[in-house]
Amino acid sequence: MPYRHLIGPRSYVFADLKELMAKATPLRSGDMLAGIAATSAEENVAARMCLAEVPLATFLTEALVPYEADEVTRLIIDTHDASAFRPVSHMTVGDFRDFLLSDAASPQALAALAPAVTPEMAAAVSKIMRNQDLIAVARKCRVVTKFRDTIGLPGTMAVRLQPNHPTDDPAGITASILDGLLYGCGDAVIGINPASDSIPVLSELLKLTDDIIARFDIPTQACLLTHVTTSTEVINRGVPVDLVFQSIAGTQAANASFGINLATLREGHEAALSLKRGTLGDNVMYFETGQGSALSANAHHGVDQQTLEARAYAVARPFRPLLVNTVVGFIGPEYLYDGKQIIRAGLEDHFCGKLMGVPLGCDVCYTNHAEADQDDMDTLMTLLGAAGVTYIMGIPGSDDVMLNYQSTSFHDQLYLRDVLGLKRAPEFEAWLQSMGITGPDGRLKPQGGANPLLAYAPGLAA
Amino acid sequence: MSNETRPTNGYIIEDAWAKLARATPARIALGRAGTGLPTREVLRFALAHAQARDAVHTPFEAEATAAAIAALGFETLHVASAAPSREAYLRRPDLGRKLSEEGRATLAPYAGSAPDLALVVADGLSSTAIHAQAAPFLAALKPRLAEEGWSTGPVVIASQARVALGDEVGEILACRAVAVLIGERPGLSSPDSLGLYLTFAPRVGRSDAERNCISNVRGDGLSHDHAAFKLAWLLKEALARRLTGVSLKDESDLLLVAGKPPASRLAG
Repeated sequence: MPYRHLIGPRSYVFADLKELMAKATPLRSGDMLAGIAATSAEENVAARMCLAEVPLATFLTEALVPYEADEVTRLIIDTHDASAFRPVSHMTVGDFRDFLLSDAASPQALAALAPAVTPEMAAAVSKIMRNQDLIAVARKCRVVTKFRDTIGLPGTMAVRLQPNHPTDDPAGITASILDGLLYGCGDAVIGINPASDSIPVLSELLKLTDDIIARFDIPTQACLLTHVTTSTEVINRGVPVDLVFQSIAGTQAANASFGINLATLREGHEAALSLKRGTLGDNVMYFETGQGSALSANAHHGVDQQTLEARAYAVARPFRPLLVNTVVGFIGPEYLYDGKQIIRAGLEDHFCGKLMGVPLGCDVCYTNHAEADQDDMDTLMTLLGAAGVTYIMGIPGSDDVMLNYQSTSFHDQLYLRDVLGLKRAPEFEAWLQSMGITGPDGRLKPQGGANPLLAYAPGLAA
Repeated sequence: MSNETRPTNGYIIEDAWAKLARATPARIALGRAGTGLPTREVLRFALAHAQARDAVHTPFEAEATAAAIAALGFETLHVASAAPSREAYLRRPDLGRKLSEEGRATLAPYAGSAPDLALVVADGLSSTAIHAQAAPFLAALKPRLAEEGWSTGPVVIASQARVALGDEVGEILACRAVAVLIGERPGLSSPDSLGLYLTFAPRVGRSDAERNCISNVRGDGLSHDHAAFKLAWLLKEALARRLTGVSLKDESDLLLVAGKPPASRLAG
């Protein structure tokens, strides 16, 4: 069904809902590359005005990616919570924005609404929201998850300690882990991107992180960011696995390009649950996403990349993940061209995820061929801190020497905690104090060379 | 062994575990000024980023590159992709994978010349890498090609080019395999890294899973000699087994094979 909007003498016609959504999206290079972006500034606003008039219920009957052809669409439609939807079922997209900003949308009301919000609804309303709206509403959404600590409590922000090494050298990875812990990082997860996919190498790394966590009784969890089927295989061999990881996308075809489907994810989820390694909770999955992944796999169905990104959160949602991470600037300038586009996308992704009840963190990052730099990252991380982001990355000096991109650093999270008053997961905060790393105010204490953590690497320490 | 902090200008809190940094190229034990980086680290980072940015945007010196390669005894040709500018190249990966009209015309006299190996030297995302590594690498490769008696035809220097441009070049030349030497996506600590992609029976539409990749060819990475050895080894296997890609693994296990996760997500 075509959608029309009149601006002065000019009538804008949008062939269907997915064209309307694409044209209403704030401009970004990936949608231009796909040939679906608005071709003028006026057309972009006409599409937003038109979208604001669309009833939310339309998204339950007019699928952007065909129901018959796509298991993600089927998941979204078949598991939609009609009773939770009732309070907003009469609203248009524009009404929905007003409601979300109002006091009626309390943290409790938003939590109750989350299972009724489809990714298309979240994406649609985000397209008519300014950056401050995305921050203000996301800040009201509470998503709390647990494994060995409690992530997502109000006033907290966690950090993934990301100790990557170009050749997976255990001593090098250990050095980065110790540095990160001594900077107060790691309450979200100690998560390694391995360079190798060989099972013996991966098993050694998993035993290393398990040993460090056990030796110092750290209230956190480890994860190796390898393919879900590899994690399942490693679990079957009796290697200690806390969280199972997978990159996911918003269409069945894009997921197929990652070598997964919903059934594969279910197998990985069940394997991780079977180990019962969580002490406080059983949120055992870690997912990563990023705008542009579907287009890059030629699996986008003509749908804009931000809407497809929100659909990836619908893939994550039924698995009750501990953490979901939008790796916002990693994929390159053909999808998000510059700092402005990366900042906007990071805020959109975080808002959509939180509105849908998913514990969204953000890898605030860029590559060296994007028009972005550290100042842009400072801006985005500060905005996300204000928006209540679940977690960010902690990478030594912002420089990931394995993946060749720049993200947030151990230092950056200290800055955010100081400026915004953000605390760590409470169990981890208490552990840092017990180790003499932080004081009662959560700030780092001056360290000598005698911290017990340094004894873990006797050949390396001072 | 120091048990106390070591102030320098009085405001920097140094980390007492500086020796840990010997175990990794990662930026650890940087010290801090308040919660921020010390001035020296902020500036060191800014320099590395500037070098990586320059590697992407420094104009490709195709003529100088061609001259250096010609001096090794190779015939050279210069072609451009369909991307008219660096900005277009960055925004439109599809254009960087296609020859320009002029490029096709340049190659026309060599159509069907059927060398064993076509060599394409592509600026990719780091012209710096090509300026520094392409000729020395080819110098290391040449004797290995001669040893096996492989014919190569002209070395095709390609501007604003991505890996898959080699498929069209290879299809026109009707070569048995194509090797694309390309500037890799620059890392903060590796702005001048060369990547090598080998594709058997190249033709337009080949997927990245049908290539083998040798990554990180640079001073602090894989040496030119070692990389040349690996490429010759792979080529021999590829010609014998009539394939490249995920089912052709380097026995040395040091090789990054296209299709693996993004440690080597390159100029694609």
